[in-house]
Parts: sequence; structure tokens; C-alpha cells
Amino acid sequence: MSAAASLVADSPTGEPSFYERRGIASWLLTTDHKRIGILYLASMMTFFLVGMTFGVFMRLEQLSMGPTIMKPTTYNALFTLHGVFMIFLFVIPGLSAVFGNFFLPIMIGARDVAFPRLNLLSWYLFMSGAAVALSSLFTGNGPPDTGWSFYVPYSVRTGTNVTMAVFGVFLIGFSSIITGLNFITTIHRLRTKGMNWMRMPLFPWALYATAWVQVLATPILGITLLLVILERVFHLGIFDPSIGGDPILYQHLFWTYSHPAVYIMILPAMGAISEIIPTFAHRTIFGYKAIVLSSMGIAAIGSLVWAHHMFTSGMSEFAIIVFSLLTFLVAIPSAIKVFNWVATLYKGSVELRPPMLFALAFVFLFSIGGLTGLFQGALAINVHIHDTYFIVGHFHYVMFGGTGFAFFAALHYWYPKMFGRMYNERAAIVAFVPIFVGFNLLYFTFLILGLQGMPRRYYDHLPRFHTGHIWATIGSWIMVAGLLLMVINLVRGLFRKTSIPANPWGGVTLEWTVPSPPPTENFAVLPVISEPAYTFNPVAKEPA
Amino acid sequence: MGAPAEAAEHAGEHRDYAGAKLGMWIFVFTELILFGGLFVAYGMYRSMHAHDFHKASGELNVTLGVVNTLILLTSSLTMVLSIVAIRLGRKLQSMLFLACTMLLGAAFLVNKFFEWKAKIHHGIYPGSEHLMARPPGERLFFGLYFGMTGLHGLHVTIGVVVMSVMLVFLARDRIRHNDFIKLENTGLYWHLVDIIWIFLLPLFYLAA
Repeated sequence: MSAAASLVADSPTGEPSFYERRGIASWLLTTDHKRIGILYLASMMTFFLVGMTFGVFMRLEQLSMGPTIMKPTTYNALFTLHGVFMIFLFVIPGLSAVFGNFFLPIMIGARDVAFPRLNLLSWYLFMSGAAVALSSLFTGNGPPDTGWSFYVPYSVRTGTNVTMAVFGVFLIGFSSIITGLNFITTIHRLRTKGMNWMRMPLFPWALYATAWVQVLATPILGITLLLVILERVFHLGIFDPSIGGDPILYQHLFWTYSHPAVYIMILPAMGAISEIIPTFAHRTIFGYKAIVLSSMGIAAIGSLVWAHHMFTSGMSEFAIIVFSLLTFLVAIPSAIKVFNWVATLYKGSVELRPPMLFALAFVFLFSIGGLTGLFQGALAINVHIHDTYFIVGHFHYVMFGGTGFAFFAALHYWYPKMFGRMYNERAAIVAFVPIFVGFNLLYFTFLILGLQGMPRRYYDHLPRFHTGHIWATIGSWIMVAGLLLMVINLVRGLFRKTSIPANPWGGVTLEWTVPSPPPTENFAVLPVISEPAYTFNPVAKEPA
Repeated sequence: MGAPAEAAEHAGEHRDYAGAKLGMWIFVFTELILFGGLFVAYGMYRSMHAHDFHKASGELNVTLGVVNTLILLTSSLTMVLSIVAIRLGRKLQSMLFLACTMLLGAAFLVNKFFEWKAKIHHGIYPGSEHLMARPPGERLFFGLYFGMTGLHGLHVTIGVVVMSVMLVFLARDRIRHNDFIKLENTGLYWHLVDIIWIFLLPLFYLAA
């Protein structure tokens, strides 16, 4: 926080910025949504770097055949922890906790969220969940080795410290519910005068859809994880086949949350992209209503497709066909969004600055991720590629190429607003190139390896997969080099003494009308909205 | 969360009753879904092991279950009366009714305790040798019984604790006749706990 503390109060209007109050307590007891957003950002970037390190070590092990730098049990622990960190501590809460907290109230013209104290509680739950999950590494009989999905019966029987990890995830889920509840109430109650539903920017809309999924799906994860704990401690028997329970029920309950969770990850990412693309194409978004409706459509249909993770589990044929159909249906609203973004670019004056580069990369990578998802929705192909690297490649394209890139796009986009500072734009572009190239080298190779039959979560590989693994590992080095460069550039930017205008990019949503960084109360006078979001005014530039 | 937050709240921030209620209703929904997972498990296993469930259910003490139902229903009534009282500005009456609600909640827990104790005394608890010797459906019935009534009991306990905080708020005039949303939301939560029990009673005690 020392970097943040150095940013105190030099907003151009003379109104003290929200960094004004100093001291650790002013951060740890804050109820300011902007500060809570910054707290989330700092913690999540840390977790991201830790998770990335786990990934790098896994790739390093796969560089050559046979045991090299670690034991098989360590590898099992690594892919479990990589999943738990990246999914539960970075991509699921990511955009909504960081940028949602910081920008949702500002973008709808409010001074804070509806329940500021609950908001802080949510951060504390998140951090204690993270701490509990982390402590599972060092306590009990070694770190959990079940994979992030904690499948029974193995998760009930393994001697490793699954209970702690599961309880950590339970706490994080609680935090997610509270954030969702807070955002829904905020959007319903605190929109400023004139900000009716169809004038609301698309990022708040996406957060709204996300929040409903968070609220309606997360409790299922809560009860499922609670049952795993009860199962381990008291042998309740609900999931344990040796007592009479059915492990498939666990899979159903787990994916009833964890598939909608995919949309908790991607919806806010789509929202952020819908903000960035019009700003840098300098024209209004194409198909505002279609994007709004598709967000809600994704939230609704996305809650009904969970069992496509279980096509090979032995469900009834009929159920499989229904879930396959629903899976194809959910692709439609996602595709609508992609077409809308591309159509927005048409006849826009596109400026390729760092946030836009990440946003365009998002559209490209997300499309690959989405289309490879359809392969798996098709029943015949699914049987062939189930539990192979194809799946791993697919979900990295969606989660990292999608949500991860959108997170970085949003970070580069809103950075000047959040900190009142600027990173080096040229360095940001230099960092972007290896991230993008390394990403594709790494994960596209995964797709190919998967089609060739490389199973996921294996500690070792056969000679015929060796070349692919070498390419993937090289890709991971290129990508990590880029990521480190990006992080260094962003951190260095905090110390560069520059003064940032309220609207460096020419954005038209409300956050660009307040100083950078914003004052504590956001607005001196609450704005009144009289026109739709994304009303660009080209006349001002070229007087007729 | 200390003084600064409270100070900010009193410094004239908005006081949005409809918002507070909306938030509480959403929370109530999440609770329903939390229990929903268990109800799904119950439904599935009951359809698979109808006979075993029927048989195991006969071993539960219906009288105790019905008494507990009456206790919880009465406690919902006293909860409502407490809210009505504070609305009319009758602070003492409100506190009295709230204390009654807490006592009834505690009585429910005491009953539950003796019920569980008797079951455990007879060797019926998850993972026990006695239970493992019986058919899978009966094991699952008692697994669900302890899981669901346990989680419900936890909710009753939390409710009683929250009510004791509300009692202090009432005493210190933090809840007043024109500002009683905290008490009202506590009431919402309490009715949720009540209604979940209304479903647990027939599913476990009356299934036989």
C-alpha cells in the first residue's frame, strides 16, 4: 500500500482524492467502495502471481519425460492449488470484486454501494478464505491433491488436507454471495436520476447479470462443500458409495454451481470489453439492447447446462441429449456479443492503445475458447476428448484468454482513473506481444495435444506427446516473461509523477466525468442522466 | 467494524429501507437454495430407497417433532408481535416479545439436543457400527436427518444470537419506532428458519 499512499491528494479540482486519509487502519476499516476495490486488486494480483508460479512449475516438470524436478504427489498438489488459486481467488471474483467495486457506484452515479459495511465484510471473508486455503498447504497431511473440483469419493478418502481447502473455498463463496447481493441492491436502489435501466452502461449490466448468478448458484456450492466436510469428519454418507451415497450426486451439485461460475467469470469480462471497445473505436456500441439481453440470457441459460461436464459419468442418455442441446443454446448469446463488438469497430476510428489491444485479443481468444467449447458440447466428440488436454486448452482460452485478458484490459483501461497515474504505454504494448504469442503457443498446443490423446492431470507423458510438451513449455516462458513485464510496468507507473486528466481516453461513461483519482464522495453533485449510454459526439471534433 | 463506519452512517448517509429489505430477501433466497441442495439429495434418495426411508422414519419421535413445530410457530408469532410493538413505540413490550422469541428458540434447541442424545445413545449416528449394519437407505435417512436438522439447528442458534444483539439495540434505542429495519430483517430470517422446519417435519417425522 505504500505506493498507493504516495498518490495522496493531487486531483486537479482540489477536492481531496479518496487516497487522502492515511494509515493502515484507514484501509483496513474502510467502507469506501473504491478502497475496497484497491484492496481486492492488491490481494488478487498476489494470488495470480502465486497461481502462475504453480503453473510454471507444472510446465517445467512436463518439459522432459520421467520425474525431474518434483514427485508425482507434488504435481497433484500443484494442479489442485493452481486451480483453487486461479479459479476461486482470481478469475471468479476478479473483475466484479475489483472493477465492480470501484466502478459500479460511479458508473450508475452513486456515492457508494448499498451496503458499504457488508462490502468490507465481504473482503474479510475473501481474505480469510484465502488464508484458510493457503494454510492447507502447511498443515495436516500435506496439501490437497484432488484437483480443484474436489470430486468424491477420492476427496472424502484422501488423507491430504482437503477439509481446510474446502472450508476456505466455502468462505470465499460466502464472500461472493454478499458481493452479489450488494450489487443487485445497489443497482436497483442507487441509480442516479435519469439513469433508467436502458441508459445504464454495459459493465453495470454485466455485473447485474453476474450478481444474480452469484446469488443463486453459490449457495449450492456452499452446501456441497459443507457436505464434503461433514462427510470427511462425520461420515454422513450422502456422497460416499461405501455408506450408500451416490458420487454422481456430488458431480451434479458441484457443477450446478461451477458451471454457472464460468459465467460469473466471463460476464463481467464481457461487460468490461463492452466499455473499452466503444471508447477506442470512438463510436457508440453496436446493439446495446442485444448485449444487455444476451447478458441476461447467458445468466439464465448458463444456469441450466451444468451436466455437460458429466457426459461420461453414466447419466441417462436422455439427460445427456438435453444438456447437449442447452449447451449449444448458450453459445448463441455469447456469439451475439462477439458480433456486436466486431460491428462496433466497423467505421469506427480505432485507436490501438494498450487497453484496446488486450480487448481485441480477448475477442479473438474468447472466440477460440467458445468454439472449442462447442466441440465438447457435441456428444460424439465429447467422449473422445473428455479429460484430455483439449479441455485444459479450451478452458484456459476461456478463463485466461477470456477473463484474464479482459482483467488486464480493464486494468490498463481504468488504471489512470484508479490511481491518477499512468503506466508507460509503449512498455505495455511491448509486454502485450509476448503475452499474446506465448499464450497461443502454450494453449493452442494443449488443444492439439488433447486431440492426440494426452490425458489431463498426468504427471508424465509418452514419447509421442513430447514435442508438443516442449512447445507448450516454451510458450509458458514467453507468456510469463510478458506477464512479469506487464506487472513491473504497472507497478512502476504508480511512482511516475504525472497528472492525469479526468478523461484520458475520451470515454463517455460517468467515471470519466470525475477527477482521477476520484474524490471520496465520487460526485460533488450527483449527475442527472438525459441520454443513452455511449452517446459519442463526433460533431465536436469535426464541425460541419 | 468500529467507529469510523458508524460515524459515516450517522453523518447523514441515505437510509434506504426498501434497499435493506431487498438485500435481506435476496439473502433469504440464498438460504433457501443452500437448504435446497439438501432437499434435492433427500428427494433423490427417498425415491431410490422409499421403503428404507419409511421404516427409518418410524423411529423418530413424532411427539417431540410436533412439540418443536408448535414452539417454532409460536416463536414466529412473538417475533411479529415484537415488530408490531416497536412500530407502535412500545419499547418494553417489543423487548419482552423478542425475549420470548429467544426463549422459544432456545427451547427448540434443548428439545433437539435431547432428541439427538437419545438417538446417539441408541447407536444411531453417522458412521456408527449399529447404523452401518442396516440397509443403505436407512443409513442415508439418518445421514440426512443429522445433516439437515443439524444445519437447521445451526441456523436457529445464529438466529438466537442475532436476536440477543437486537435486544441490546432495542435497549439502547438503536432500534426505534421509526427505524426498525434491523428488527424486521431479523424477523424475516426467523420466519425462514421457521418455514424450513415446516418442511423438515413431514419429510422426516411424518414420512412413516
